[in-house]
Amino acid sequence: MFRPSHFAAVVLFALFASVVFGITQRDTPQKMVRYGLYCFVLFVGAAILLSWLMFLIAR
Amino acid sequence: MATTQDKKNEAGSGFVYLPLIAGWLVPGAGHFLLGKWGRGAMLSASILGMFATGLAMDGQIHTGAHDILDMLSMAGDLGTGILYLLSRVMGWGTTLVQITTEDWGSRFIVVAGLLNVISAVDAHNLRTGRKA
Repeated sequence: MFRPSHFAAVVLFALFASVVFGITQRDTPQKMVRYGLYCFVLFVGAAILLSWLMFLIAR
Repeated sequence: MATTQDKKNEAGSGFVYLPLIAGWLVPGAGHFLLGKWGRGAMLSASILGMFATGLAMDGQIHTGAHDILDMLSMAGDLGTGILYLLSRVMGWGTTLVQITTEDWGSRFIVVAGLLNVISAVDAHNLRTGRKA
């Protein structure tokens, strides 16, 4: 069975979701790619930021 | 040159909901029906990829609605269309979530369903001419 790390799971989730968001939420291919990348960075960035916040709160 | 009125007339003919229903049943099929092969392939790969990753992580396919969370999760699972039916028939997925990755897998499957609904609605919007 597939047992990814938490970060690998976040990256996979962000990748799949960003592709769908990019294609469905924008009209032209160039805008789709840009919006998909934007979503991917936000997904992964937010996960890293929240992880650090929780780490610091838990200390 | 096609005018806006022509496009509206073209979009209005035939069964308008076919891409929506096909897209819900089979990920990407709505876009394939409309000749959007590239978009359909990418959507299909992403949704199937997320669903398969969820199953590989031993995610749960929700089969009953015991409480509100189960009900919402099952609604999400149903979004995968024929994949949900296949999972039920073939007995895919775990029945009891015991470790963390199995819980993540369950979320992957639910979100795959929700993404498929977004994709099917996008196919519908393309069909009606609301989106280019």
